[in-house]
Formats: sequence, structure tokens, C-alpha cells
Amino acid sequence: MSNIPADLRYAKTHEWLRRESDGTVTVGITDYAQNSLGDITFVQLPKVGASFRSGEAFGVVESVKAASDLYAPVAGTVVAANATLDGTPETVNRSPFADGWMIRLKPADAAAGGDLLDAAAYGQQVG
Amino acid sequence: MSELKRTPLRDFHAAHGARLVDFAGWEMPVQYRSILEEHKAVRRAAGLFDVSHMGEVDVRGPGAAGFLNHLVTNDVSRLFPGRVLYTPMCQPDGGVVDDLLVYMRGADDFFLCINAGNIDKDLAWIHAQAAAFDVKVTDRSADYALLAVQGPSAAAIVQSLTGAKLDLVKYYHFTEATVAGVHCIASRTGYTGEDGFELYHAAGDAVALATALLEAGRPRGLELAGLGARDSLRLEAGYPLYGHELAADISPLTASLGWTVKLDKGVDFVGRAALVVEQESGGARKVVFFRTGDRRIVRAETPVLDSTGAIVGRVLSGTLSPILNEAIGSALVATPAAAGALAVDIRGARIALQPVRPPFVPLRKT
Repeated sequence: MSNIPADLRYAKTHEWLRRESDGTVTVGITDYAQNSLGDITFVQLPKVGASFRSGEAFGVVESVKAASDLYAPVAGTVVAANATLDGTPETVNRSPFADGWMIRLKPADAAAGGDLLDAAAYGQQVG
Repeated sequence: MSELKRTPLRDFHAAHGARLVDFAGWEMPVQYRSILEEHKAVRRAAGLFDVSHMGEVDVRGPGAAGFLNHLVTNDVSRLFPGRVLYTPMCQPDGGVVDDLLVYMRGADDFFLCINAGNIDKDLAWIHAQAAAFDVKVTDRSADYALLAVQGPSAAAIVQSLTGAKLDLVKYYHFTEATVAGVHCIASRTGYTGEDGFELYHAAGDAVALATALLEAGRPRGLELAGLGARDSLRLEAGYPLYGHELAADISPLTASLGWTVKLDKGVDFVGRAALVVEQESGGARKVVFFRTGDRRIVRAETPVLDSTGAIVGRVLSGTLSPILNEAIGSALVATPAAAGALAVDIRGARIALQPVRPPFVPLRKT
């Protein structure tokens, strides 16, 4: 059984999104995603200042098994990327919802993300 | 989809948290906890692998030794009872049917261990080649289970469960032994580059033996290890995997396994003429091993480029070395290009391949 925190929103492509008090959103991949990928060996993240449309690939997560694109759950501009994943990508396996976060975005539209799944709906998707 | 075959340990794996996948038509554990952690456990202490999917074949009769020396490229006449030989067996054109282990039990009594994915093809091939020899070939694959205990602590773990003097069994030798009450062929061989034993035993004894090895091994750092770690361990050791570094279109000479091809062993063997030609001409392609200094895995089938960006080959195997913390792999490259600068493109980044003579890490096999 994978962990699906109730206070996050979820994309069908297995990214999670957390709204921060400063108006930014933090993005990572879910426990289900890290478990499906297996040992994560490399995370490629964008530079601060890069902009992405909703659903656009912003990076790549690689495991022993495969490389997968990471998709922006909302449109926005990168204000931070988790540099610790450069040296210790396995952090994503260990702590997908906390230390293994990937990027922080300033959303293009503060109200965006209404189409994302809540924990119950995401839980249904991943069975 | 046809139903996956199962080893006698399928439920044992599931009960120990394995992730089971289709491997060559078998439902096998690819990992239990983490491929990287299982890999490190084998280099540090020991790992226990179920490799019961491998095939076993008895070759018996007065013509057995002569037949096998005709079948394979290495020299079977050098064997004596208790000795194991690694060898390819080739097609007439020098391409490889399979790579295997040959065990000599007695003058007229040999035993082969072949790759799981090749069992049907190999048996058909071996039977066809055997027609002119006084020999009986019997598929024993369903009778045997096979557990591999690998790592610096492996011998001590197996020794704790047997009265046999394992010190006397040197690398690439075997003995019959009772381990945890189970009759085994205890073979000091493996596919990890570490010391260790491969224990052939009756399929019905597999759960009892695996349970005993796990209990005896855990205090010594042994972990269950899946096929994921087995693959990264063999690549780090520089060992070929059939279908990757050896294949129907990759000869043992191309794969730099010339030490397994005894052109002058005094008998003709299948593929010899073609291999003589390749030896003399130098061969058009060769298998090279590489590291990159980068963590991005260079995956099989990635095109290999020369300094002008022209495609000069393809990647055969690639993984992240958990010990070196960088990508390692093998590639099949046009011989003239092999000595020059080689690179791959990964998602737009050009990554240089640094040539390595394997093993990639120091090995401690005896």
C-alpha cells in the first residue's frame, strides 16, 4: 500500500503538488511512483527561472529500470530546484513527499490546479 | 500470453517481499528491497539468489567427452572429475548458441548448466549435434533447483551448514555435499565476481535449503538478492550475458572471450573454421566496456558515436555501478572506431565513454 497524504493534490502522471503559504507550489513524485520506478539513480531538474506549461515535461527521473519524464502539474516559473537530489537521488525513494521534493513553482495562475486529483481520487487511480 | 513458469521458490520469494517479473518466461524476483542495496550486500557480505530457472542437462556415455569437445569451443579434454569449465557453444558461423558450464562427474558422465531462456533451443541443438556420437543427452531442468550464495562471506555461510571440507573445493571445482540435510552439487562458481557457491539440488528441497541458508546467513550479513542485482553484479565483473555481449551474431572472439576458444585443442569443433577466419582477420566489430563518470544510465540499444558524431556501434548492456556510483556498460563497436573517442547522446547531452578493461571493481573470488 502506498502512502497518499490527504493534504496534497495529485496529477494522473504521479506528481504531487503542495500549495505553500507564500503562493508558490512544491512538486514531487508520489510514493506509488517511486516504488514503481524502483531504485532512483538520477534526477534531472530545470534551472531556476525556467517556465513550463501545465503538462509540459520539466525534468527526468531515472531508475535502474527506466527513465521517465516529470510533468508540471500547473503552469509556472521555477523558483527553486532540490539540489540535494544531484548527489543523492535515492532521497526520492526514501522520502518522496518531504526531502525528495523536486521543484518549487510560482504558478502562472494562482487558481490553477483545480483539475488535479485529491488523495481519494488518486488513491482510486493507483488501486 | 502464456503462463509464466515458476521455480519451487516462487511463494518463498513472494513471502519475502519480492517484486516478481517475467524473466525469459519465468516468474522471477527482480528485487526484494532495493537492487542497489542487494548489490552492495553481495560485495560486502553475501547474497542468496534463486537461479532455479537455469537449465541442467546430463550428457552420459562412452562418447560424452568427445561429443562435448566437438560441441563447445573451450577444451573439455582438460577436465577431470570435480572440475568445472566455462565455455560458449557456437553455430557453424561462429555466432553463439549459448554459454554454459560443463561439469565432469566421471569419465563418461558430464552435466551442463545452460541459460533459462535458451533451454529449448539448446536441447534441440545439442541433440542434433549428438547424432554421430555414442552419448545420451537428458534434460534435467525440471529436476533441479539452483541456489547461489555469493559474496565474501558466502563460503563461511555454506560451511556452517555442511560437514564437507569446502576449503578443498577451489574456484571452478565442485563436490557433492549435504548442506542443511539437502544433497547438493556444491560448485564454487558464480556470476557476481565474488567467491561463493552454486548449490544444485532436488527441486523438492529448495524451500528447506533456502530457509536454512537465509537463517544461517542473516547474522553474517546475507540478504536475499534478485535478478536486478545479479545483472549489475555480473556487468561490474565484466561477465557476458547471453543476448547482450554474446549472441547469435556476436562470436566469443568479438566478445573478447578468446580465452574460451581453443582453436588448437586438436579436434574440430562447431564454428572452428569461422573462428579461425575471424582470428586471422581481426574481426569487424568488438565488444568494449566503458564507464562514463556520470550517473545517467546508458541503456542497451543506445547508438554509440565517434568523434564526428557518426554511429559506429550500439550499447549492449548498461547500468549504474552501485560501487562506483557512475554508469557502466558494454557496447559493440566497429573495430577501427574502438580505439578512438566514443560517446553517446542521452537526452541531448553528449557523454563520453571511457574504455575500461573489466572488472570495474576489484574482485575477491578465489
